[in-house]
Amino acid sequence: MNEAPSITLQGSHAIDGRTLFDGITLTLPAAEWTCLLGPSGVGKSTILRLILGLDTAGTFTGSIETSDAKPLDNRISYMAQSDLLLPWLTVLENAVLGARLRDEKPDLDRAQTLLARVGLSDHQTKKPAALSGGMRQRAALARTLMEDRPIVLLDEPFSALDAGTRADMQELAAEVLTDKTVMLVTHDPGEAARMAHQIVLLTPSEAKQWPVPPIPPIRPVDAPETLSAQSELLAHMRGFRA
Amino acid sequence: MRWFYGVTAMMVGLVLWQAIVWITGVPKFILPSPLQVAEAAYTSRALIAEHAIVTITEVIIGLLIGTVLGAVTAIQLAGSQTLQRLMLPILVFTQAVPVFALAPILTLWFGYGMASKIVMAVLIIYFPVTSAFHDGLSRVDTGLIDLARTMGATKNQIMRRIRIPHALPSLATGMRLAAVYAPIGAVIGEWVGSSEGLGYLMLLASGRVKIDLMFASLITLAIITVILHTAVGILADRLSRYAQGVTA
Repeated sequence: MNEAPSITLQGSHAIDGRTLFDGITLTLPAAEWTCLLGPSGVGKSTILRLILGLDTAGTFTGSIETSDAKPLDNRISYMAQSDLLLPWLTVLENAVLGARLRDEKPDLDRAQTLLARVGLSDHQTKKPAALSGGMRQRAALARTLMEDRPIVLLDEPFSALDAGTRADMQELAAEVLTDKTVMLVTHDPGEAARMAHQIVLLTPSEAKQWPVPPIPPIRPVDAPETLSAQSELLAHMRGFRA
Repeated sequence: MRWFYGVTAMMVGLVLWQAIVWITGVPKFILPSPLQVAEAAYTSRALIAEHAIVTITEVIIGLLIGTVLGAVTAIQLAGSQTLQRLMLPILVFTQAVPVFALAPILTLWFGYGMASKIVMAVLIIYFPVTSAFHDGLSRVDTGLIDLARTMGATKNQIMRRIRIPHALPSLATGMRLAAVYAPIGAVIGEWVGSSEGLGYLMLLASGRVKIDLMFASLITLAIITVILHTAVGILADRLSRYAQGVTA
């Protein structure tokens, strides 16, 4: 795998002349987790789509640059809130979806290793319909890892899970996504307080850095540093809305 | 259990039919009794079978061609915005033309043989299949398409690996409709001009006031349609179950 670069997005985005965000600068440091927070509709998903190179409603003026000056094409993998597993494929087949889509020969051995790593060894031949929400999201994580890209963008991937499963998944993701440049879009201040090397609060006029707790991620749920960062973030976000 | 109810309903229908014949004393050349129809079906079994095979052939070939054409059209339309904008209004407009009214023209163009009936069946099922499948192809979760794009899949690969399998339940819906419509198309074609098939046999029997034979042909046609619908239903069900990941 090639080295994970840092990414800097600079610019403005408008939909039909209505500004979504204006003149912001967002840097995702290399091989670190950046958690992007902000009120609904402020453009978090738009930023994610812009970096992914997907269509957005509206026009972006600005630049997206990488520290190694190479293009982002085929260097990012993506995980969404819903697992996006194909119901007619088994867990193993879903894990190698990228290769299947590109008509390449899938590396089944590696897929099996990765499925074991996310705890799905015994469920490889099952269809997604037979799995719980947490297991499905694990399968999606294995599919993300299978692509082995240096940059990973996560769009609230744990938000639909119950609290216990979510905490487990956060730990698993932090463990398996080290050495990658990760951006996690989240609504959950607790998640940001646990996972982030960098916390960014997005407003229409700036991507504001928020101080991270003084211990390294992934932080224990019940560490005083995590908890105080979580409550300060929450207080700030509620102030946003008022 | 479903069989039980079906058979019971049919028995009740037959008893009612027989009762109406007895009570009203309606003459045989208007409404024959079920027994008379059964007798006619038995004595003319070779004749009915001969014509049934023609109709069945027309229907099955029409069904196959219509489904394939409809599916291919739907895929082409779903794959190209331009084609979709161009073709969809035309397709909808053609639906304003009653297909039955085309039967004489089709007979003129394709002759008295099977070809004109197959074309009729194809025309009648083409739109339901196209429209149902196209609908399914267009309703794929955009998240899936986004995911596939980030994985570097091309439009064709996304179509083949995601959109088509995803839309199989919709194709199945279209096929179920087609199984019912195809025999209608074939029989109308036979009425307008032919020398074989169950539709022809019905006209022939009617002309000779063999109403019992006419009813026997009609019932044979109904049975064929039910069997076809069931068979296509089983296939359609498999497609749907496959796409939804429900095994067995």
